[in-house]
Amino acid sequence: MRLAVVAGPPSAGKTAVVRQTIRSLRDRHRIAYLKIDVVRAFEDEEIAAEFGIPARKVCSGDLCPDHAGVMVMRDAIAWAGEEGADLLLVESAGLCLRCSPYTTQALGIVVLSAVSGTNTPLKMAAMLALADIAVVTRIDLVSQAEKEVFRERIREVNPDLDIVETNAVQGTGMRYLLRAIEDCPPITDPGTIVLRGAPPLGVCTVCIGKTEIGWQHHFGVVRRLEDADYLFRGD
Amino acid sequence: MDPSAVREITILPGRNRNGEPERFEAITIRPGDTISIVGPTGSGKSALINDIEVFARNDTATGRTVLVNGEYPPEEFVRDPAYKPVALITQNTRCLADLTVEEFLAMHVRSRKIEDESIVGRTIDLANEFTGEKIRSCARMTALSGGQTRSLLVADAVLVAAAPVLLLDEVENAGIFKERVIEVLRAGGKAVIFVTHDPLVSLLSARRIVMRDGAVERVIEPDGREIAALREALRLDGILHRMREQIRAGDLITGPVGA
Repeated sequence: MRLAVVAGPPSAGKTAVVRQTIRSLRDRHRIAYLKIDVVRAFEDEEIAAEFGIPARKVCSGDLCPDHAGVMVMRDAIAWAGEEGADLLLVESAGLCLRCSPYTTQALGIVVLSAVSGTNTPLKMAAMLALADIAVVTRIDLVSQAEKEVFRERIREVNPDLDIVETNAVQGTGMRYLLRAIEDCPPITDPGTIVLRGAPPLGVCTVCIGKTEIGWQHHFGVVRRLEDADYLFRGD
Repeated sequence: MDPSAVREITILPGRNRNGEPERFEAITIRPGDTISIVGPTGSGKSALINDIEVFARNDTATGRTVLVNGEYPPEEFVRDPAYKPVALITQNTRCLADLTVEEFLAMHVRSRKIEDESIVGRTIDLANEFTGEKIRSCARMTALSGGQTRSLLVADAVLVAAAPVLLLDEVENAGIFKERVIEVLRAGGKAVIFVTHDPLVSLLSARRIVMRDGAVERVIEPDGREIAALREALRLDGILHRMREQIRAGDLITGPVGA
């Protein structure tokens, strides 16, 4: 089975990319879909109804959704296997731009919108740095010069990133993403899959429901404002 | 393959909205051509230029195929802007880049690995030939008017992107000097394809593609037969242009307008 992890900011067009992928590949592959979200999600029901493929969701509730994704990924691979799928598409909640939920033995797809502003690729650097392929959506809304400037910003973060420009609603340009998915080697051993990098997935005191502001009220990773430009860089 | 080696682009027919095949054999675009795409709103004009822009390979909603020099274009033509022979200026007149005009152009120049430093200034100068509202290099892209954005993106497509084929989606809407644009593009040997509702832009084009129901309905080559109409359209456009400038300046138009 092949695994593809789709991440990207909210409203970037992740689900539109997933839909086009399923539409184009369902004749050749048996596809399963998992949506990870926070409070509510409807994509699984919509996709199951539209394409008749196995689809499910997990809502992370008070937990970081990418953390939730990491927790359930192994079960999801087993579930997709039981469903007879040879391709599992996992779509992230797309909340934290710092998160980079890609794993080994999978294709990491980052989706970002061409109309999201020139600095967006820099802000979501971690998500771009560890991905294999960037899908730039809403490309029909920008002119040639803007496309190239946006592409240059992506390359500043990750010069080797494969870039696919698409109008995901129409499906233009998707052929290169489809090829990348089909060329991605299948999972060899789910037991050895690891995250590509260390995203800030620590279950933090805010995540588990403490509402007080100020480091004095929290435990785990605590820093004063004066101590660092970055509050935490991983240990 | 060098983008300047583009001798012709060929559009092969697809299907209309009812799935019926289009009734043309092939439409060929060569350097120096001026073509307008006309038809009612929703007739498939933008879809046609989008097919050209992505070099459709029977993989868009229209089922069309677009060839370069009679063959499927190499992948870098489609994917790498540095090789792409086509530049599309969309209808969208808001540039979303959070940069100044100078930074924006400099970044584009850098991405193209162009070493000529004067090109940023020359692009702004050319853009200022297309618009009556002067574009300053320190202005923010997001603060430009529709006409300024269009003018700058067209000037960029000519000088920085240097694409041999330009696709302009409703260039008239933004209030730019369309005759001057067409003159510069023609002089530069560019092939230009306009999606347009504007009679003057249509009449200035050597060929007209008429769209209906998502399909190419007809391709017209007036071949000089519309010269009287063109002359009249130019005269009327001149009148409207002067009136527009007077209204903008806050004047009252009380004198004869046709003089």
